[in-house]
Amino acid sequence: MSAREDILGRIRSALSDAPAAPPVPREYRTTSELDEEALILLLVDRLVDYKAQVSVVPAAEVPARVAELLAEARSYVVPAGLDAGWLAAVDDGTSTGRAAGAGTERRRVDAAGAPLGVAELDGIDAVVTASAVAVAETGTIILDGSPNQGRRAISLVPDHHICIVAATDIAGILPEALRRIDGIRPLTMISGPSATSDIELERVEGVHGPRRLDVIISR
Amino acid sequence: MSTFLGMPSLPVFGSGNLHAAESFPKAAHRELGNAQLRANLGHATHTIRDKRLQVVSELPDWEQLRDAGSAIKENVMARLPELLEQFEANFTARGGVIHWARDADEANAIVAGLIRDTGETEVVKVKSMATQEIGLNEYLEEQGIAAFETDLAELIVQLDHDKPSHILVPAIHKNRTQIRDIFLREMPDADPELTDSPAVLAMAARAHLRRKFLTAKVAVSGANFALADSGTLAVVESEGNGRMCLTLPETLITVMGVEKLLPGWRDLEVFMQLLPRSSTGERMNPYTSLWTGVTEGDGPRNVHLVLLDNGRSAALADEMGRSALHCIRCSACMNVCPVYERTGGHAYGSTYPGPIGAILSPLLTGIEAEENSSLPYASSLCGACYDACPVKINIPDILVHLRSKDVDSKRGTKKLPSQMDVGMKAASWALSSGKRLGLVEKGLPLGRLAAGPDKKISKLPGIAAGWTQSRDIPAPPPESFRSWWAREHGNPNDGVVPPQETATQGKEGQA
Repeated sequence: MSAREDILGRIRSALSDAPAAPPVPREYRTTSELDEEALILLLVDRLVDYKAQVSVVPAAEVPARVAELLAEARSYVVPAGLDAGWLAAVDDGTSTGRAAGAGTERRRVDAAGAPLGVAELDGIDAVVTASAVAVAETGTIILDGSPNQGRRAISLVPDHHICIVAATDIAGILPEALRRIDGIRPLTMISGPSATSDIELERVEGVHGPRRLDVIISR
Repeated sequence: MSTFLGMPSLPVFGSGNLHAAESFPKAAHRELGNAQLRANLGHATHTIRDKRLQVVSELPDWEQLRDAGSAIKENVMARLPELLEQFEANFTARGGVIHWARDADEANAIVAGLIRDTGETEVVKVKSMATQEIGLNEYLEEQGIAAFETDLAELIVQLDHDKPSHILVPAIHKNRTQIRDIFLREMPDADPELTDSPAVLAMAARAHLRRKFLTAKVAVSGANFALADSGTLAVVESEGNGRMCLTLPETLITVMGVEKLLPGWRDLEVFMQLLPRSSTGERMNPYTSLWTGVTEGDGPRNVHLVLLDNGRSAALADEMGRSALHCIRCSACMNVCPVYERTGGHAYGSTYPGPIGAILSPLLTGIEAEENSSLPYASSLCGACYDACPVKINIPDILVHLRSKDVDSKRGTKKLPSQMDVGMKAASWALSSGKRLGLVEKGLPLGRLAAGPDKKISKLPGIAAGWTQSRDIPAPPPESFRSWWAREHGNPNDGVVPPQETATQGKEGQA
């Protein structure tokens, strides 16, 4: 008998008393009633608690803020579907961009047909992505691999992640947020920069994931 | 041979790192002698307790979430065969490959075979209880495959050739200075000027593992949740080592117990609220990754899942004990346990320590396996674990149930009645009537004689000696309460006085 049949047989036999499958009481909160201003305040509070840096700016000021945050980065990567307007204020050193030759331009674009290698990503200082949805109560930002967020590796390997959250994408609580996204996509839920509590349960920010997380909330 | 529905067969127990090699009292006695260990554990468990209480109290619907979590898991257990088949179909349809493993040996062989097929001899690992349980690292080493633990605490334990002592913080028994010394001794690339600041130590681990992450072709992980209706897997972590392992390599091999399933996406909203707050005491853990089979152009191209039984079907067959399988490995129960706090995790022998380990280990291996019958006694039954459990596993009830299984399993194996049998018989005689108990209590002054001038009894005979091993019994009072009452209130016959209050209450009731 195959292991599969054997295990399923053992489990069916273990359930020979036919235990009832009780109805699931879902009395917990599935909606919240905060307005946009309150949602932004709560999300900022939570992100700051995780030691992320947050700025709340009008949509028109996002490009300037992105440029400011990238000031120290020698190079940065963006997913191919990122809103080009967000990068309008970034000085890429050369007006000809890619024409300057591989490895010299400041901006790298990670596209589905031409993904950057892991070693190449490791040499890049920062990454700029959008996000799918955020959870105010837990300070969580969810990336779902859409073209403006890119594949998972690009928001992981560079040490500095600049993530843009649209105020309209902020949900109050987790159930609201999860109901807005497609669970089949490769998802990453991010709540602050990487951290560990493995030594004496003292939280330390910055281990293997990006050590610096900058969130720009655009409204 | 075939198994027919409704015809129970004998349970098949699990193997691997699930056994206490020595009895809990013996192991605990040794561990209690380690003052450093007790100090480290006391500090850590108290820190995490306070954090957990703080973040749990923020949620107005915590109890409703627990109720939902408990019911969802009960549902999963009742419908396990059907949900496993559904999960398998979805996972496979999206490009994943499922392997079934009856026990630890089979799971190890499958994983080693999959690694061998890639031609690699090194793998990176995300912290996983299931692979700890089956002893995967040791097995791979025998097969010439090096497995690198990438979680900071697992790395500390692995570098120190030690064993984890906590399911969430495996190096909880080590303090920062001890960890620095391990790094200096075992990490060839460590800076000799390394300080013991946790931030500096975390950076040393980052530097040490960076190249491994960037070059690894194969990763091995566990999984926190699996969603049957989509074939999705989830790993909940903090450091980003999980993301590295789940995203960068070409091949990903996940080992997961069959009980980790959830019916669907909607259930995740419950568990992703329960787990982080119960485990690290955070509103949310830094990173959670979810993947569904293979995604073109994003992440590993070869995705495998080993579904592990290893005694879970046997635990499921125990009607009283099966809810132990609801466990989501948050570790809240060990953090609040007065026994765990003092003995630490190594005293439990098994991969699963603390209150949940004291029920899960014997359920997976059978109560008669090695010294596992001593585990259900590793508790004062105070119930703190039940209160803390996010899925409301009634651990104290299962502990008592397993104690009775232990007693039953030993019944009739000895010809002469044991001290326990005699003691229980005597207690049953004495406690069955007030007069008999009064008679026995008349013997109390004898105890004073035994206590001597310092009014302490420090050594009881026979099996009662265990009680006085670590504490003294104060000398009994010169007379029993029963005889004092009779002397003061006068009812020499049986020492029981009809309470005056009864009459008074009766009058009030009539008014």
